[in-house]
Formats: sequence, structure tokens, C-alpha cells
Amino acid sequence: MADGSIAAAPSMPGVASYAPPGGLHRLMRRRSTIAFLMALPLIAIIVLLVVYPTLYAIYLSMLNKRMTKFVGLGNFVFLLGRPTFQAVIFQSVLFAVSAVVLKAGIGFALAHFMHNIPSRRQRILRGLLLIPWVVPLAMSTLGWWWLFDPSYSAFNWVLNAFGAPSVPWLGQTWWARFSVILVNVWYGAPFFMIMYLAALKSVPEQLYEAAAIDGASAIQKLFFITLPMMRNIISITVLFSLIVTFANFDIVRILTNGGPQDSTHLFSTYAFQVGIQSGDIPLGASVSLFMLPILAVFAFFILRGVNRRTKEQMG
Amino acid sequence: MTSPRPLSRRAALAAGAAAAALPLVHIRTAAAAGKLTIAFWDHWVPGANDVMTKLVNEWSAKTKTECTIDFVTSVGNKNLLTIAAEAQAKTGHDINAFPTWEVHNNAQLLEPMDDVVKRLSAKYGEMSPIVEYLSKIDGSYRAMPSISGSQNKPPCARIDIFKEKVGMDLQSIFPAAPQMGPGYDQWTWDAFLAAADKCAKAGFPFGMPMGQFTDAVDWVGSVFHAYGAELVNAKGDITVNSDQVKQVMEWFKKLVPSLPEDVWSWDDASNNRALISGKSALIMNPPSAWAVAVRDNPTVGEKCWTFPPPAGPKGRFEAYLPYFWGVWNFSQNKTAAKELIEWLSEREQAERLCTASHGYDIPPFQSMSDFKVWAEEKPPLGTVYNYPMRPAHHSVASIAAQPAPPDVAVQIYNQATMTKMISKMATGGQTIDQAIAWAQTELEGFTR
Repeated sequence: MADGSIAAAPSMPGVASYAPPGGLHRLMRRRSTIAFLMALPLIAIIVLLVVYPTLYAIYLSMLNKRMTKFVGLGNFVFLLGRPTFQAVIFQSVLFAVSAVVLKAGIGFALAHFMHNIPSRRQRILRGLLLIPWVVPLAMSTLGWWWLFDPSYSAFNWVLNAFGAPSVPWLGQTWWARFSVILVNVWYGAPFFMIMYLAALKSVPEQLYEAAAIDGASAIQKLFFITLPMMRNIISITVLFSLIVTFANFDIVRILTNGGPQDSTHLFSTYAFQVGIQSGDIPLGASVSLFMLPILAVFAFFILRGVNRRTKEQMG
Repeated sequence: MTSPRPLSRRAALAAGAAAAALPLVHIRTAAAAGKLTIAFWDHWVPGANDVMTKLVNEWSAKTKTECTIDFVTSVGNKNLLTIAAEAQAKTGHDINAFPTWEVHNNAQLLEPMDDVVKRLSAKYGEMSPIVEYLSKIDGSYRAMPSISGSQNKPPCARIDIFKEKVGMDLQSIFPAAPQMGPGYDQWTWDAFLAAADKCAKAGFPFGMPMGQFTDAVDWVGSVFHAYGAELVNAKGDITVNSDQVKQVMEWFKKLVPSLPEDVWSWDDASNNRALISGKSALIMNPPSAWAVAVRDNPTVGEKCWTFPPPAGPKGRFEAYLPYFWGVWNFSQNKTAAKELIEWLSEREQAERLCTASHGYDIPPFQSMSDFKVWAEEKPPLGTVYNYPMRPAHHSVASIAAQPAPPDVAVQIYNQATMTKMISKMATGGQTIDQAIAWAQTELEGFTR
């Protein structure tokens, strides 16, 4: 059945033989057709909920403020010339890159830690460590807000108890940036941990045994066995997290509303402020689409690398 | 089986005439005047939504209109998202509650309300010029200011602390009476500065937010107005580099040392908490902070007094944030929608709504500032008497960024340009000129 079609059943004695199936009949019996038909509901959902909104957002981003005139890439050109938007680009990149690097590092360390403890305790710890990722982000961020609260911060209360001065967690540019990145890392690290743990469990134990016989150190095992075997999962996890982190909204919206002095705005929060709150939907759409081409190119290369490695492994 | 009798031409005509006459004699059912869907603002004050529902049900029974109400919260800007979605989809509720700037943002999609405004104004007098600024577009009112959700933001201060530390008797200067007391004229922004300094030294700093949320923008905007400082004038010219702006920036430079250090990151609840916890001597807010203090910290609540804002060189300006009720032009039942809005805006219904919100809501007509609720709310009795603007206050309603053209003003307001200018000067190490130069660049973007 390598040709992708289902063989016709042999004719039964006593049953009238029927005419050879026509083109449409044959088409309907092909595996690829059946697969397409079965995937059709999903394709329809993607078209409705992803493709259409994306195309509509692109269309909106090319209109003037009153949405009465086509302005091409005018909104993007305008944005690039604005110092506030240039700062938003810097902050978004700083936020996403530093948060993803930290999440990946902490997730990797936690995954190793989990991998090396007995399975019974591992189950409990794994469940506990996943809590930040499972709790709705808006709710947990409110909890963090209370910890950072300008006037009644629990962190500051502890610091003051030890004689240290209060920290302006949300009131000073770099502390505010640190705070929003910290909450994102707290929220996202368990996702990396669980993905890396799954990858670690799939690395054949014999490879480590063979390396041990050859006298490989722990560092050498990490760099020559673990990391190469995890490359695909690391790439996909980083890509996925980078996209999600660039699109983050809740944390900044709840903790700082983009302040102080716009120093924590991300693309999404700035897009909301410009598009929804200030009534300039086309400009808001342009802000939110700004990273699309960059992330698309990034995704293309990462996924191409993953495909290539998968083919090498299969071959 | 008998064959059906053929229908004669005469019989067909008679049947047609009867069918055409049917609507003239039909019995009115519950939905005889059609259906109406309404998105009201989900009120902060417990019980206010119930009274609104009751009122709509009364109107619904009277007019035989089937009404469906959704109370849409402003938490997380859900109301803004609902409005944006309905505007894009050209379908949704017949009536929506539009926050301050949203009438301008959606003017092309809103049904003119001139007839409603005209009839109500004839009955109850003129409305605040802010209403015209925010809702009259190309000579036509596109929405009616609502009772529910409209608010003033006057000072609310501690009677005891002001008497002891500042030497001001709030109840005698700003009595719960039609005339203000002796010393009212001396209540200026310079007096405010001196009071802020004294209270800060006594450990009760004023709770004046300076971040990017509306409470901060509103009070800062009213000070700018009091000094005649405009970032953009009514014609749309950028006028930020002016002596008035420099003067008001100097004023803020003097105030900042008296404020808590963390005001730059305060949100709209932070000032409420500062008052309720007893840490602050004064905030500028609707009476919700006082109401929560009465419930959660009665020793503070019973010592709070609301009174008009200070005056500046150009007058006494008080932040006023109206909500609006508007009807989409794609509504299926515009006539009924406008009728309901008009009925809700009438004095009797307005008073019931204001009473239900314990005086939080501000009706658009000054003739309605005599509702009993503001005189009767306590403790202490008359604490919110001066919450609505009264003739004796000589106050002018203010919305930050006015008189800039509203499509520019909305950006100045929502992007908190004024508080950011002050923040850059006070915490960013910039001079007044540098902060003004930064604002100039921002404003050039807003006026594109």
C-alpha cells in the first residue's frame, strides 16, 4: 500500500461484479484524501481562528487612523521613527531574550535534578514545580503584585525586618524590568523543566554507560551525549517560548501598566494602549505585527534545523 | 376525498386585506415594541446594578419591550474590548456604555442623539462643556452622558489631621451647605503645597498617584488647567513649550518631595488604600475610597470629608470623567434604545441611580446636584455633600489634555504624557526643558 491507495477487495462468487470505480470514487478512497477530510475540521478552525485574524490584522495595519484610507507600510515607518517605540523594541527584546535564557537554564537544571531523584519523590516534586505554570497567569501575577506592592510589599517588609532599605520594585526602571522578567521566569521555567525532563528520559542509558567505560567526565557526558540528544527539543522549546514571551501581556499589564515612564512596555501592552485605549486600531495592529516577520524567519531556520537533524537520525 | 375548493379572486383579496389589517388589531405581547440588548457598565458599588435592572424592567413592562442587560466590567478594560469588537463586527448590543473617550473613537458608528439631548436640556438645563467636548462631533451629539459611572475626583481628606497638622477646619471652610465658608478663597494650589508639606512631615503624606493610571492623569490634568498649561491647543498646535507649562512643572517640582516615594508606580487603587489604611491625609477620588474606609476601617471613614479642589491662577478645575450611553447605528431598535436612554436620564430615575450608588454617580445636569443622597450620606453627615460640583464652588469641570482636539487628547490622556513629563524631571534626572523637549517629540507623533 505504498502507493497510498487501498486495494480493492476481490470479487465474491455469487455477487454481481460491478464496474471499475470512477475518478471521484478512486479519489475518495485514496489515503491522502481521507487524511485531508479528517483533518478538515482542524484546518477550518485554524483558518477561522488563526489565518483570518492574522490577515485581518495585516489589513488593519495598512489603514489610516480612521480606517478610511490605505497607507501601505506608513504605520510601520511612522513607528520606527518614534523614540517611545524604539524603546519598546529594546524592552521587548530584553524581556523575551533574558526571560527565555533564564527559563531554559533553570528548566535544564531542574530537569537534571528531577531526573536524578527516585521516581516516587519525583512525582510529588514534579507536580509541585508545575504549579506556577498551571495557575492562570493573571491570578498569579496579582499575587506577585501584592508582593511588589509599592506601599505594602511583602518583600520590602522582610528586607526592612533585616534592616535593609525598601526596594522600588515597580517604581524604578531597572527594578521594574527585573520584576516583570522575574515573574515571567517563575511562570515559564516549569514548562522548560517538563520538556527537558521528557527529553532526558528518552536518552538511552547505554550511551552514558559506554561513555563511563571510556572514562568520560560528567561535563563531557553533558556536552557530548545529553546536549546533542536534546538539541531538537531545546530548539523547539526555545522557539515556542520565545514566541509566547514576545507576545506576553498579562504580567506587564498587571504589574506596571508599561511604567515607569514606558520603561517596561512590550509590543502587546503598547499595542493595547495605542490601539484599544487610544482608539488607533491600525497603529495598534502595526505594533502587534512588528515581530511577525522576524519571528517567522527565526522559526523557519529553527524548524529547518530540526527537520534536517530528524532526517539524519532516521537515515 | 373531496377536492379542495378553488380560491376565488374575491376571497383572495379579502384574505389579503385581513392579513394587512392584522397588525392594527393584534394583542400587545411582552415584546411588542421589539427587543433591546444593553451593555451597561458593571458598577463598583454593590447594589447599583440591581437598581439599574429594576429600572429597566419597569420601563420594559411599560413599553412592552423585551430587554436584555449585560453588565460589562471595566476591570481589565473588558468594556473597551467589547466596544472595539462590536464596532469591528458591526453587531452587538443596541445600547453601550462608552467610557470617557470612546464616543469620539466610535463617532462614525453612533446614532445622533441631538433630539434626546435637546429635550433633556430643555427640562434640566445645560450640561457641562466637557460633555460637548467629548460627545459632540461635527455639530451632532453622538451619545448622552450617563448617570451610572460618571464621576468627579475632588479631594477627600482627613478632618482630624487637617485640623491638627495644617490648621484647617475642613467642615467650616467647606460646609455641607449651599455657600462655602470663610477661607474658601485661600484654598489654592500653593495652600495645597504647604498642607502637603506639613502632612508629610507629620507622617501622613498626601496620596497623590503620579504613574500612568487614570487617577494620576486626572488630578495632574486639573493642576495643568489651573495654571493654564496646555500641551496642545484647541486648533491642534503643539503648545507645550510655554511659560505656563514651565510654571506648573516648577510647582510639581516643589510638591514631589512631600509625596510618598513610590507614587510613580501607584495604580488606581493605591491612593484608596493609602487613605483607608490611615497612612494618608488626602487623596483625590470619588467617594468609593471613603465608602470602603467606612466599611473596613471606620475610625478613618468617619473622619473623611470631601470638598472642592484648590484654585490656581486660571481658576478652580475639578476632574470630571463622564460615561456615555450611546446607540450603534447598526442597532435593530434605535427608537426604543433612545427612548430608554432618555427615560433613564430623567430626574426621578437619575435620583434613584445616584442613591443606589451612595452618591458615586454624577448626573450630567447641574440642576440635579440637589439630590438628597449627597446631603444624607454619612458618617460624618454631609461628608460627600460637596462631591457634585455646586454653584458656590465656582469650579470648572476638567478633563486632562483638553482643549486639544479629542483624537489627540485621548493619546495624551491614555499615554499619560503629563505624568511622564513630571516623572522624567523628578526621577529621571531631566531638567524641565528636557522634559518639555521629550513631550514635544511625543506630541508630534500624536498630532500626525
